[in-house]
Amino acid sequence: MAVSSSVFGERHSLGLGARLLAALKLDAPLLLGLAAIAAFGLVVLWSAGGQEPGLLVRQLVRLGVAFGVMLVVAQVPPKMLRLWSPWLFALGLALLVAVLLVGDVGKGAQRWLDLGVVRFQPSELMKLAVPMMAAWYLHDRPLPPRLGELALVVVVVAVPAVLIARQPDLGTALLVASAGILVVLLGGLRVRMILLLGAVAAVLAPVLWHFMHDYQRRRVLTFLQPESDPLGSGYHIIQSKIAIGSGGLFGKGWGNGSQAQLEFLPERSTDFIFAVLGEEFGLLGLGLLLVGYLVVVGRGLFIALQAQDTFSRLLAGSISLTFFVYVFVNTGMVTGLLPVVGVPLPLVSYGGTSMVTLMAGFGMLMSIHGHRNLLAR
Amino acid sequence: MSIHRLKDHWREQRMFLGRVVAAAIVVTLLAGLLMYRLVDLQVVHFEHFSRLSQGNRVRLEPVPPVRGLLFDRAGRALAENRPVYQLELIPEQVKDLEQTLADLQALGLVRAEDLPRIQGQIRSQRRFEPTVLRARLSDEEAGRFAVHRPRFPGVDIQARLARQYPLGPAAAHAIGYVGAVSEADLQRLEGANYAGTAQTGKIGAERAWEDLLHGTTGFRQLLVNAQGRTLQELERNDAVPGRNVYLTLDLELQALAEAQLGERRGSVVALDPRNGQVLALASMPAFDPNLFSMGLSSARYRELQEDRDQPLFNRALRGQYPPGSTIKPMLGLAGLHYGVTVPQDTVYCPGWFSLPNHSHRYRDWKREGHGTVDLEQSVAQSCDVYFYRLAVTLGIDRMHDFLALFGLGAPTGIDIPGELDGLLPSRDWKRTAFRRPQDQVWFPGETVITGIGQGYMLATPLQLAHATAILANRGRGFVPTLLAGVENPVTGQLEPAASRPLPALALDPAQVEEAIDSMVAVVHGERGTARAIGLDSPWTIAGKTGTAQVVGIAQGEEYDEETTDERHRPHALFIAFAPAENPRIAIAVLVENGASGSAAAAPVARALIDNWLAREAD
Repeated sequence: MAVSSSVFGERHSLGLGARLLAALKLDAPLLLGLAAIAAFGLVVLWSAGGQEPGLLVRQLVRLGVAFGVMLVVAQVPPKMLRLWSPWLFALGLALLVAVLLVGDVGKGAQRWLDLGVVRFQPSELMKLAVPMMAAWYLHDRPLPPRLGELALVVVVVAVPAVLIARQPDLGTALLVASAGILVVLLGGLRVRMILLLGAVAAVLAPVLWHFMHDYQRRRVLTFLQPESDPLGSGYHIIQSKIAIGSGGLFGKGWGNGSQAQLEFLPERSTDFIFAVLGEEFGLLGLGLLLVGYLVVVGRGLFIALQAQDTFSRLLAGSISLTFFVYVFVNTGMVTGLLPVVGVPLPLVSYGGTSMVTLMAGFGMLMSIHGHRNLLAR
Repeated sequence: MSIHRLKDHWREQRMFLGRVVAAAIVVTLLAGLLMYRLVDLQVVHFEHFSRLSQGNRVRLEPVPPVRGLLFDRAGRALAENRPVYQLELIPEQVKDLEQTLADLQALGLVRAEDLPRIQGQIRSQRRFEPTVLRARLSDEEAGRFAVHRPRFPGVDIQARLARQYPLGPAAAHAIGYVGAVSEADLQRLEGANYAGTAQTGKIGAERAWEDLLHGTTGFRQLLVNAQGRTLQELERNDAVPGRNVYLTLDLELQALAEAQLGERRGSVVALDPRNGQVLALASMPAFDPNLFSMGLSSARYRELQEDRDQPLFNRALRGQYPPGSTIKPMLGLAGLHYGVTVPQDTVYCPGWFSLPNHSHRYRDWKREGHGTVDLEQSVAQSCDVYFYRLAVTLGIDRMHDFLALFGLGAPTGIDIPGELDGLLPSRDWKRTAFRRPQDQVWFPGETVITGIGQGYMLATPLQLAHATAILANRGRGFVPTLLAGVENPVTGQLEPAASRPLPALALDPAQVEEAIDSMVAVVHGERGTARAIGLDSPWTIAGKTGTAQVVGIAQGEEYDEETTDERHRPHALFIAFAPAENPRIAIAVLVENGASGSAAAAPVARALIDNWLAREAD
């Protein structure tokens, strides 16, 4: 059918594009949203990274790899994903234990596993394996889950989260935990239960504080009162607020952010890139980016609603909402709403591993949506 | 509760829809919160942040604290901060740069060899930022510039404080020095507090009390314009100066010790046995710490490092020497303590000793022998045969255990960094110290020579002084300390540091007095090896000479001072304390290749004892 003549070229090429996307199990709105965010991110990175071509090329390569991974994952049918879930989770757990025992220490934290060829962060794998495992466990049980079932899911979520927190990588631990918790929430956890758990969390906060590393405590304290430590970690937040605030409505223009360009802003091409965007593109730029993120989250939730089995529904919903958690934790940190946790701005921050995981997750969304028609027939 | 709960797909789907809607609402609310925050920052407070950033920006500038001073116990300055003058030029204020530099050069204030650096700096820096023409002007040069100053608009003198050691090389190894903060230092120090600090303590007291001396860095918030020019100071948190630290050293005693060693290589450590305070800590030759604080050229540093006499080497803490006969009083006490001998037991010394069934002769330093000696005479005359025999009776492990009580073979715990352990051999030690199994066996002959402090045994001068102080104070030792106290910044009063007592040794007081009496006989006895220094002494001195071989002397060969290479002569040692009945000073003296403990080392100790006790009596 696709080989018909070019008489109706215009119409056919559109149709061809749509058919190609369908054949590759890709969802056009989602893909467009992701691509737009990534493209905008490259524009910002050019300025934030000091207009260095090498940096941009490396990021482009990473994006290419990440989108490639998404494409591959999209080809795996949801049923397969479901069957793999427990194995993936077991593998991730084993690797996490291995990291604690033999991991490379970088910047005072043990996160990497040296596999000879590549250095690998098992906590990244867990970002997907935990929600998959939780969804796998709940998928053939009547929902909402009963107390005993719930307890088991809590263990499934808590064990990897604690292992990751021990590395110590509090940011990733929180993200992994939230991915798992979102599955439970979407799975129909009763409202009464949610309130109860919230109360328990409030009680446990001081306990968590007790187990935190000094630098983690300092971050929380600095968050509560950044002016108390203007030469140390409070400096990040003060400078980032100045950068964003001085951007105004329309920003200072691409490459003209004095905070960023004169190196007042720390970590400006990685965790604090949102502040560069705010300074150079203003409220308008930030708003546009936020809209892009919301489009992706919205489309993800739509895909979750359209999904045809419990596993797909829960997984798709969790991936979409976790994506928003990433966005909110990073932007909240940069704008001073949340404490400084090392979470990159998805698809925009310079850096590799987490982007690949992120796009693998979107690959799953694509697969869930792309394989839907087949199931329906 | 039913056992068969059935999945109700329709109900589940409806519930899922509800959850997703709820999630969407939460997402929208959070996004709204974020937008609200952004509007608050970028619209409502735009003016505020814009002022901070766009036209003018806030720059945080650290204000380094003034470093605390170091004094000796009498309040004499050991390390202080003096203003040094730096010649600077601000390019935008200079009309004719070439002419200005040429004129300054003609006045001898700018050196020709610095010109390329200066011109490069002027080109690369912002026009309003000062360029350093000369980092250090002498007082005379500063005066010369002051006279001609009106001719040089845009050129000025900046005064800053620099660490100076007014005494030069005196007590250099104890005081230490400051140097540029290195990457390694920053690993150790609290980074934020060193934001504006150029130098940090590297060795000695400067390093040991860095946290007291440094102080707390302040900061200034400066309003700077788009080019970085300072417009206004917004806020200032003053630095808290470092605290003044008083050392236990007595400068007069220290100078005397160094003068006594003179050109010779060696070390003198004097302690107050009643509290462990270090009164003098000399290591000669020394170096001028000002070289380090001013920034040493690598060529000059290499020169110091490669100097054959090793001026940078802290012999007092790091020099490990065979203690020789100085350990004899302690070994005699060990014999009494373990009940293997009594003071009256005598030994006939024919001038040599052999193990049963061995032909090897361990020689006495006195060829013809000492005849019949008891404990007191064997210490006084330093009879080797007596102690060869005692060592064999005690055995190496008991010798090890007893000498360890006096702190040998382990760091003394002195508060300045860098001391070495020395070496107190034992069977256990030998098993772990050697790789080849045949080397791990302890031989009886090794016990014999350990009896006169030779063989494997090594001790630092500080360890010897420490052991002497413990004996002097009748077994009640203290960890050696250089810290007398810290000045209270508000009242100016000295807050004395507490002494750190060691657990008292469980020794029989009568036996301790026997050992001390034998040391008194060394100095005041008719045949004592150090009787020369006891002749006219107003105080009772207890001492022990030591002469430690540097190279082995083969069987049947004779040591001859005349023909032996100077560097192969034995080290001369002397330990002493006084007054013997109520000691107020304990000393260890080591003269490298000094050949004779009684001739080279003992007079040094006598001079220090006289000086200190005479002044203390006042």
